[in-house]
Amino acid sequence: MTILAAIGRSVLALLASVGRVFIFAVQALSHVVRPPFYHKELAAALLNIGWLSLPVVGLTAIFTGGALALQIYAGGARFNAEAVVPQIVAIGMVRELGPVLVGLMIAARVTSSIAAEIATMKVTEQIDALITLSTHPMKYLTVPRVLAALISVPVLVAVGDIIGVFGGYAVATGTLGFNPAAYIKNTVDFLEPLDIISSLTKGAVFGFAAALIGCYFGMHSGRGAMGVGAATKGSVEAAAMVILAANFVLTGVFFTL
Amino acid sequence: MIKMEGVTKSFGSNHVLKGLDLEIARGTSMVIIGGSGTGKSIALKCILGLVTPDAGRITVAGGTSDRDAFLARFGMLFQGGALFDSLPVWQNVAFRLLRGSLAKPRAEAREIAIHKLRRVGLGADVADRFPSELSGGMQKRVGLARAIAADPEIIFFDEPTTGLDPIMAGVINALIREIVTEMGATAMTITHDMTSVRAIADNVAMLHDGVIQWSGPVADIDHSGNAHLDQFIHGRAEGPIQPLR
Repeated sequence: MTILAAIGRSVLALLASVGRVFIFAVQALSHVVRPPFYHKELAAALLNIGWLSLPVVGLTAIFTGGALALQIYAGGARFNAEAVVPQIVAIGMVRELGPVLVGLMIAARVTSSIAAEIATMKVTEQIDALITLSTHPMKYLTVPRVLAALISVPVLVAVGDIIGVFGGYAVATGTLGFNPAAYIKNTVDFLEPLDIISSLTKGAVFGFAAALIGCYFGMHSGRGAMGVGAATKGSVEAAAMVILAANFVLTGVFFTL
Repeated sequence: MIKMEGVTKSFGSNHVLKGLDLEIARGTSMVIIGGSGTGKSIALKCILGLVTPDAGRITVAGGTSDRDAFLARFGMLFQGGALFDSLPVWQNVAFRLLRGSLAKPRAEAREIAIHKLRRVGLGADVADRFPSELSGGMQKRVGLARAIAADPEIIFFDEPTTGLDPIMAGVINALIREIVTEMGATAMTITHDMTSVRAIADNVAMLHDGVIQWSGPVADIDHSGNAHLDQFIHGRAEGPIQPLR
């Protein structure tokens, strides 16, 4: 009974947390359409989340694309299917690896930094100071970051997809003996609009989730350095899990329903 | 100006405020004293609307507290400064003047910020620095400049001298007294520092065990006849207030 009670308590706590995050998300969305709007904060968040994430996204994508080409070539050789490298790299990067890896990189880089920054603001009373300066923390801190992630992560995913495919192309044409023109033609011919739509949709959902979770954990952090540390760690764990779960659901919605 | 009637607040089984009654007249400086954990900050946060009381009534300028209207004419100096470390000093000071209903052109806001920095004894060269580049005393002054930037009618000071050396504490106390007198603002200060009390206060309220144990003019604190206040201001270990050991 004790074990069952403990499991029950954990499940209830998890459901309560999901409910609180959901309410937080609804509040954030309600503030998106209500003035005042903080354009400078949005621009700063776009720079931080979008532009400054490009190097890590680019490097992740190019190495993944290259490794994918090598794996498909080596695996395909077992049943004489080496020629499918362009098609599988394209579909693998655009449908799955591009959005998921960009999402996880955003969780590592952006969610953690948002959670740590806002949690530090909370423990140093900067959030209270915002309120006393007639500034709603949800509007000033959460909305710009969530909007910036919603806008920029699909763009990052598109860039990651292209660079990942290029990584596969570079390895395939440089070391595996593929013809460059044929590789590009096979890639372009094989991809369908739905692949790209699913990729960008996943990017938008993952970006929204990553920024929102960072803000939620920051706003609800405990006191002191331990509170900031726990908020940062918890935000990255939660964002990574939500991104992977959402990826499963979205893949099902796009490709099996 | 500010009136708290029968305000109670509990956190689980911890009854922090047990029917707090307090009145601060317009244009006066009230200092609330009391030991750590007696609910001074909670009382302040109840007035600000950051904490919702379980019961009781808080009125500001005769009307039940409308937080937005109240905050528009309010300034606060936080214990740790609470400066925004992503913004330079002048933008911290002019924060309210750069956005919202009190927004002014950027150049004008900067000019006002520099004027307010001068008012608290800081030069224009500080304006473009970031808070992390300033000493604790300078951060406190910037916090004070931010609190008075929009010429508020009501100013709260939360432990204004905590963490400062005695000389800097004296400077801050003198600044607060000058500013409050000059602006005619209503001030509420929370502190443990009896030097601050004597420098800043018109009236003093002693909070202990969730209620105001004594309140009156600062001139009366040395002969109040109140055992709680006597023990506190003389820092005695023996008395009605049981220190945690």
